[in-house]
Amino acid sequence: MRIRVRFTKTGKIRWTSHRDVARIWERTIRRVRLPIAYSQGFSPHPKMHFGLALSTGHESVAEFLDLDLDEASEVLPKSADLVALVPQLTSALPVGLEVTAISVIESNATSLQQAVESCEWRIEIRGVQPAEVAEAIAGLLAVPELMVTRQRKGKDVTDDVRPYLLELAVVGFTGDGTEIDAHLATQPRGLRISELIAMLGAGWEEGRVRRLNQWMLLDGARCEPLAGPPGATSAPHASARAS
Amino acid sequence: MTVWPQLEPLLGKVQKPARYIGCEDGAQTPVHIPEAAAWLLGYPDTYEIGLPNQGLQILYEIVNERSDGVAERTYAPWTDMEEQLRANGIPLFSVDSHRAAADFDILAFNLSAELTYTNVLNMVDLAGCPVRTADRSATDLLIGVGGHCTYNPEPIADFVDFVVLGDGEEVVGEITAVVAHWKVSGKQDRLEIHRALAGITGVYVPSLYDAIFNDGMLVEIVPNDPAAPAVVEKRTIADLGEWPYPKNQLVPLTEVVHDRLNVEVFRGCTRGCRFCQAGMITRPVRERPADQVRTMVAEGLKRTGYDEVALTSLSTADFSGIDQVVRDTVNDPDCGGQISVSLPSLRVDAFTVGIAGEIQKARRTGLTFAPEAGTWRMRQVINKLITEEDLYAAVRSAYSQGWRRMKLYFLTGLPTETDEDTLGIAKLARNCVAIGKEYHQNPSVTVSLGGFVPKPFTPFQWFGQNTREELQRKIYLLRDELRRDHGIKLKWHDPKATMAEGFMSRGDRRLGVVLEDVWRHGGTFQEWSEHFNLDLWTDAIERAGLREEDFVYRHRTENETLPWDHLSAGLHKDFLWQDWRDALAEVGLEDCRWTPCYDCGACTGYGIEHVVASAVPPAGGSQGTGQNLAAGGEVPVVLLPGKPVRVGV
Repeated sequence: MRIRVRFTKTGKIRWTSHRDVARIWERTIRRVRLPIAYSQGFSPHPKMHFGLALSTGHESVAEFLDLDLDEASEVLPKSADLVALVPQLTSALPVGLEVTAISVIESNATSLQQAVESCEWRIEIRGVQPAEVAEAIAGLLAVPELMVTRQRKGKDVTDDVRPYLLELAVVGFTGDGTEIDAHLATQPRGLRISELIAMLGAGWEEGRVRRLNQWMLLDGARCEPLAGPPGATSAPHASARAS
Repeated sequence: MTVWPQLEPLLGKVQKPARYIGCEDGAQTPVHIPEAAAWLLGYPDTYEIGLPNQGLQILYEIVNERSDGVAERTYAPWTDMEEQLRANGIPLFSVDSHRAAADFDILAFNLSAELTYTNVLNMVDLAGCPVRTADRSATDLLIGVGGHCTYNPEPIADFVDFVVLGDGEEVVGEITAVVAHWKVSGKQDRLEIHRALAGITGVYVPSLYDAIFNDGMLVEIVPNDPAAPAVVEKRTIADLGEWPYPKNQLVPLTEVVHDRLNVEVFRGCTRGCRFCQAGMITRPVRERPADQVRTMVAEGLKRTGYDEVALTSLSTADFSGIDQVVRDTVNDPDCGGQISVSLPSLRVDAFTVGIAGEIQKARRTGLTFAPEAGTWRMRQVINKLITEEDLYAAVRSAYSQGWRRMKLYFLTGLPTETDEDTLGIAKLARNCVAIGKEYHQNPSVTVSLGGFVPKPFTPFQWFGQNTREELQRKIYLLRDELRRDHGIKLKWHDPKATMAEGFMSRGDRRLGVVLEDVWRHGGTFQEWSEHFNLDLWTDAIERAGLREEDFVYRHRTENETLPWDHLSAGLHKDFLWQDWRDALAEVGLEDCRWTPCYDCGACTGYGIEHVVASAVPPAGGSQGTGQNLAAGGEVPVVLLPGKPVRVGV
């Protein structure tokens, strides 16, 4: 049985790494006695499948994790029990990580890393006025091709990153800088937030960054890997707890 | 006042920002009230090294349970963060509530390694507090230190207000009460609090003592104030069972060393290894009741979600009924069968490996043994009474049970050490590889060689440490000897750092200027090989008009005053001297846990004694007796007759 967990990462805990979060999940699963399946072999490890890594320092209200549960376990939760698992996991997780939804998914579902086609972000750019940013955005979107050389696994790779820019728009001024909403494609490689900011303006500094949504395509229609509760893009409760 | 709003924008600019956010499971919610003494408990190294420190975690809980105390934690900011803090005018802060250090009453450090001393100075400075005690005003932080290094606090005497000797569980409460009272009374006078602290048994206030020198030699260290006792005694808790701490071990969000549940199964060790300061200063042996161990393990695993527990002590295989305790833990159905138990500091015998085999069903990667010296003669000198047969039986047992890699720890630069002893290490390692070849194609043995640093309150406190050049020569001798042995890998500790460690291990108050000089020239994180800089030390020593020779390499004489003579670890100085003479005569000394008392001084006069569940030694090897004790503790441990040498004969 495979379940998909949707969770948030906000507040101080955003300074932990993707790897840290994976370890936190391992301990949390043991704490709540969720009967996770283990891989076979010399050093068995729990079968957890993470989605696209979130950079250290970035927040998110739309993180996903797939877990394979041990069908043979006597304490295997039934689908109906999964609702109760939501608060149970949240209380076992450190402050700032909060589970917002859980559901059973197909055991052979495409992995999150492959299935997610795009992500929406809210990005603060420090010390820059909205008008400047709007101008930079217009400039980027106007060109048909954006050849950029990036380091990938230690090698320089040059490719056109224009197709990754699905939507870019200024939200407003935060007091420290300008917030924008960015909808970025993730396949085949994705575009880093730091790369986007560097393209917008040389020397512009990244402020607060939050992943708002992840999108898959199902028969051509955009859908979330697992819908969160209404209003999940802001998660005021989680933010208050974690600040 | 929290520094979080100023700190947060910097976190994206430093490595491993999770070091600075706190938020661990088990972290307390500090409540600061005017009547409570506020402790900032610090570890003078990075978060990853400092967080797991059990001593600090114990004090953190005990203080926070009190109505007159509150405690938070801090760790040394890495160099990149220090740069950011200084550039932005942000002081040292706690990781719990990011409160500025100056808003606390006490900044106290655990000192486990001499090379962290310069970090202490740096953290005091980052806290906005004058580094020298003499320059502090009444409202400045009180700087305290505890931990094993404080048995010779003289090198840092100029920088600390108080020093705690021994177990902290009880004395931390007494200090809290005294400081809370002083705080309520308005912190009028620093001398007043110094005097009050000096009145607590186990607390040494260096400024209330004068160190008197004559012709470059220490004559004595005497009180300059009636409030200060002539001799400061260490503190010892009689019963570890009364202190089941930490109750809520901190579970960090990011990876740290010893990232697992740790349960201390006993404190103290009387194996009597003569190089080992821990085994001398933490006497007597106090075992935790086995049932309490089981409870702490079961509840700790349930609470933390860890899948590994370490049963910690100075020699866990010596815990009464250790095999049953580990079996119970591994087979606890509540823990889901995925729990691994680790036993740091394995004793070197097949029995111990048998236990390890039972508990490490998976992940059987490597085992570590510490024979410490290459020949039986040398091991008699240091009283680490492991026979070659014990080692080979342990190694055979390990290879036959599936382990492929062995790590062997040795010391070099020991008293009376000859090149034959050094080369004996190669012989032992080769024989281990040969045993491994009977079981595997490519067995590997890593030999790890550390330079010996004589420590205060050990029989070797009089011994002149080997010079840097001599240690390097011995290391190269062994390296050259092992050059053609493909299965053996040699690693060693930098003799230059060993010198700096030895310099502070037995130094006196004259070293204060050296420490300050090294720190002012940027010498932080000296424990880290990439940051250690010998020139900083030799230059500072020269500028202070001192010589390495006098502090590190010189043999001390029987009648000279040692810089820690006004402190007491309970051990009689004449017992240590006798043991030193016995060492030179290659005579072993039995473990007094299971044999009659030889009056080292640690128990007598303090109304304390060993707390051990079994009156006979555990099974395993020969344990220095020449008898076969593999079957268990039926045979009383009696050492082979030696050639005792009496002082003055």
